[in-house]
Amino acid sequence: MPDGAGQDRQGNRGDLAIGAGIILLSLALAWQASVIPGSASYAQVGADVFPWIVSAMLFMLGIFLTLAALRGGWSHEIEDAPESTDWRSLGWVALGLIINAAAIEYIGFILVSTVMFALIARGFGSTQPIRDAAIGFALALVSYVGFDRVLGYKIGSGLIESLI
Amino acid sequence: MDTLAHLANGFALALTPINLLWCLVGVTVGTAIGVLPGLGPALTIALLLPLTYKVDATSAFILFAGIYYGAMYGGSTTSILLNTPGESATIVTSLEGNRMARSGRAGAALSTAAIGSFVAGTIGTIGLTFAAEPVVRFALKFGPAEYFSLMVLSFVTVSAVLGSSALRGLTALAVGIFLGMIGIDLQTGQPRFAFGVTELLDGINVLIVAVGLFAVGETLYLAAHGKRGPQEVLVVKDSIWMSAADWARSWKPWLRGSFLGFPIGAMPAGGAEVPTFLSYWMEKRFSKHKEEFGTVGAIEGVAGPEAANNASAAGVLVPMLALGLPTSATAAIMLSAFQSYGINPGPQLLDTQPALVWSLIASLYIGNVMLLVLNLPLVGLWVKILKVPEPLLYAGILVFATIGTYGISRSVVDLLLLYTMGVMGYLMRRFDFPTAPVIIGMILGPLAEQEFRRAMTISQGDLTIFFTRPLSLTLLVIAALAVAGPYLAKLVRKPAAG
Repeated sequence: MPDGAGQDRQGNRGDLAIGAGIILLSLALAWQASVIPGSASYAQVGADVFPWIVSAMLFMLGIFLTLAALRGGWSHEIEDAPESTDWRSLGWVALGLIINAAAIEYIGFILVSTVMFALIARGFGSTQPIRDAAIGFALALVSYVGFDRVLGYKIGSGLIESLI
Repeated sequence: MDTLAHLANGFALALTPINLLWCLVGVTVGTAIGVLPGLGPALTIALLLPLTYKVDATSAFILFAGIYYGAMYGGSTTSILLNTPGESATIVTSLEGNRMARSGRAGAALSTAAIGSFVAGTIGTIGLTFAAEPVVRFALKFGPAEYFSLMVLSFVTVSAVLGSSALRGLTALAVGIFLGMIGIDLQTGQPRFAFGVTELLDGINVLIVAVGLFAVGETLYLAAHGKRGPQEVLVVKDSIWMSAADWARSWKPWLRGSFLGFPIGAMPAGGAEVPTFLSYWMEKRFSKHKEEFGTVGAIEGVAGPEAANNASAAGVLVPMLALGLPTSATAAIMLSAFQSYGINPGPQLLDTQPALVWSLIASLYIGNVMLLVLNLPLVGLWVKILKVPEPLLYAGILVFATIGTYGISRSVVDLLLLYTMGVMGYLMRRFDFPTAPVIIGMILGPLAEQEFRRAMTISQGDLTIFFTRPLSLTLLVIAALAVAGPYLAKLVRKPAAG
């Protein structure tokens, strides 16, 4: 089956990328471990010992994962593995998250949450942006009052927040 | 009867109006998030961690315990009516429960699940009541070397033995230990793994990791690969009060499930998957109605696993409260709540914080009664929650994720960190890495390092301390066997097969 073979290769590529990513991470950790000064005392375990152990562990695991990927990978064996990626949906959700992080300091939690809520709902297939925004606004307002004013979280100020 | 006197004191504290209210809020929120697919107790308790700055420890833990037990009850409703279990422990319930619902017996399935959860939860809590002190007495013999070895064993079992792949489980664990080490080392004052970022010097809050992995990761995964359109929620057509025949078929599975779930949950390995699957297998063998399994749905197949699931949830609290050893993501997050109160979890906890521990245990008994009422007569309410459309549900989850993250630090860096964890959670889900070991590694890793350093200070730098003390050696040997066992078995079997 040419189709199956194509899928396998694609699954393989993903698995290979994960293995390589773990190896890269372990090298970054080894670099960070090398800048921690060790202990001078012989009986004391320095601050750098466990960082070295973890980076070595990750390096080995990364090698094993890469080997597993080269031997055909594992992700094609996952039950109900996804067949395709819905980039449009993912795009809407990502846009919501990015706007949230970019604007929360300037316009405040309530307004930015309203926008994010509508964008994520759009990503999940909703076709009623006005209704979604209204629900998002109500949810953000109620949870702001509940969490910030009653429970003592510090969600900060904003355009709407300064009115209540 | 020292234990009973302590428990009585616990009840006196837990029965105050304010703590009863916290318990009620906890079990209600817990049931709701248990019902909602994709949400779990670990995520919810993580989101509520900032409460620890505001509320006293007893109330906070009563709330958390209510959420923990409530989520177990709520999860069964979803797996019976929706057939998309949120966590692996409820997969078994959905096997028979969903079939029962399809053949018009949803009410009986919900009922045996709820009453079974109550029976098992109560038996489990009784087990916890009487096991805690003996375990503590045993643990007082532990030195740092034994503790370290016990944690190694726990690491190995939660990551390597219980998942689909030891390799991927251990990778998740190592990443968790790395995340837990970020920040200033408390013993030497050295910054570690900060990559020159000032914000990382204080370490990463477990809240951000848990919410990122569980909420943001799940949302990204479903956006990318989920199926659109409304989910089919099965209708409850029959009475939610079981018939005499249902009772007769249910009570033994409840008891068997409870006595299977509690001890397995209480072992340092923890986990609810093993006892629920064992219980299912056992009930299938013992049942006089084998023909109903896999066809119209057998009530024993719901009663047993549901009981095993709840009893093991109580069991997990034994190592958590008596040893400070978390064996599930939820227990790890509760442990971090202890830390944020400046309370050191461990065998001394029962001595130093008796009021806290015993009122927590008492609130579990009370919560179980509340949950029975919430989940049987009021089951219609939860069915409505099941019908919340997916777009609104996930959009709402991310609003709460923002509150939990930005709402404690007002830092955009934390939001970016949350999204990074979300992308990691997505990849882990996509490539079948378990997420619980990340949380456990993050919380338990620094504790293991601390015990390791203590042991090495005692032995004056001699590594053999871990192998010359019999108990420590035993624990390490078990851990090594747990990792190497399956490979050794393969090696032995291969020549025979060839």
